[in-house]
Amino acid sequence: MYVVVAGAGKVGWNLARELIGKGHEVTLLENNRRRYLTIEEELEHSVQYGDASELWVLERAGIQRADLVIAVTGDDEDNLLICQIAREKYLCERIIARVNNPRNVQWFDLLGIKPAVSATDLILRLIEHEVPSYGLVHLLDLPAEQLEIIEVEVTTGAPAAGKSVEQIDLPEGSLIISVLRGGKGFVPKADTVVEMGDEVLLVLDPGLEEAITKQFAPDGLGESAN
Amino acid sequence: MFVLIVGAGRVGSTIARLALSAGHQVSVLDEDPLSHERLDEGQSTSWEDAGGRFTVGHAIEIEALEEAGIDDADVFIASTDGDNTNLVIAQIAQRKFEVERVIVRVMDPARATWYSQQGLHTICPTSAAIGEFKAALEIA
Repeated sequence: MYVVVAGAGKVGWNLARELIGKGHEVTLLENNRRRYLTIEEELEHSVQYGDASELWVLERAGIQRADLVIAVTGDDEDNLLICQIAREKYLCERIIARVNNPRNVQWFDLLGIKPAVSATDLILRLIEHEVPSYGLVHLLDLPAEQLEIIEVEVTTGAPAAGKSVEQIDLPEGSLIISVLRGGKGFVPKADTVVEMGDEVLLVLDPGLEEAITKQFAPDGLGESAN
Repeated sequence: MFVLIVGAGRVGSTIARLALSAGHQVSVLDEDPLSHERLDEGQSTSWEDAGGRFTVGHAIEIEALEEAGIDDADVFIASTDGDNTNLVIAQIAQRKFEVERVIVRVMDPARATWYSQQGLHTICPTSAAIGEFKAALEIA
């Protein structure tokens, strides 16, 4: 795979190093002369000097044949523009943008730049996963595919507790794919009885979280409704 | 007409004064409070007394744009010193706030050309300067 990485800060440099280590061809772009010279000692011809939002710099890096463009500079406007140009001018199919300020996520959405990765959101996601009082955890979101996989712990008094899978009143567009009990996961059958304390994995259409929470963790609703 | 100008440098502040004296409503947004001085420069009355608005804030912040009145803007001018900032906020004005006329300054001719092909009204001072030099040198 050929990858163009814009911005050789800590994120960009380490990404480039890892990708090269995995056998990918990489061009890293850095606008700061000093930083470029430091990195060039290690990465040699895999790093190029220049402003990655300039078209000729992107073209010199061979953006036309890039399989993936990753914009990880410290400036959100630059990351937005680089990804927009990569996708719309050079028809690069896969892009990844870094969001430095989570308040700017809305602008990445507005311009259709995705995935847009925000460290703040990732940490929040981890907290959501680590803090058990949150009723429902998003394991995977694929907004373009209209698909989500969530995990929910069955609480005391939940309508689903003590019912078999076929008896549970699941909303249309959702399906139980796995049950974790005592640290072990298994795929339930129609007659599998869901118990309190089970962690249930479901695949669902976006927007069904509230209906799911009502069935499995009605008390956790307030905290998990994000 | 209500004109919102983002970036009160030499160009932005001059256009702001011209638009105001031409009878338009003008609001200026800049992240540097001191840029206000450029609006008052050489004027007998202060910018606000003359009827202008001035907001301090960064153009990519939605609150700053709203405070500066983007919801009522008929014209949006992006004239900060950053090409990428201008191109992003111009698209925000166009797509999110549906401002009717959006004009964006882009110093880099290559980006200016490509974004104008995408439907943005871009103005490229670099291309203008090159044109003037060519005329002065009498080369085609």
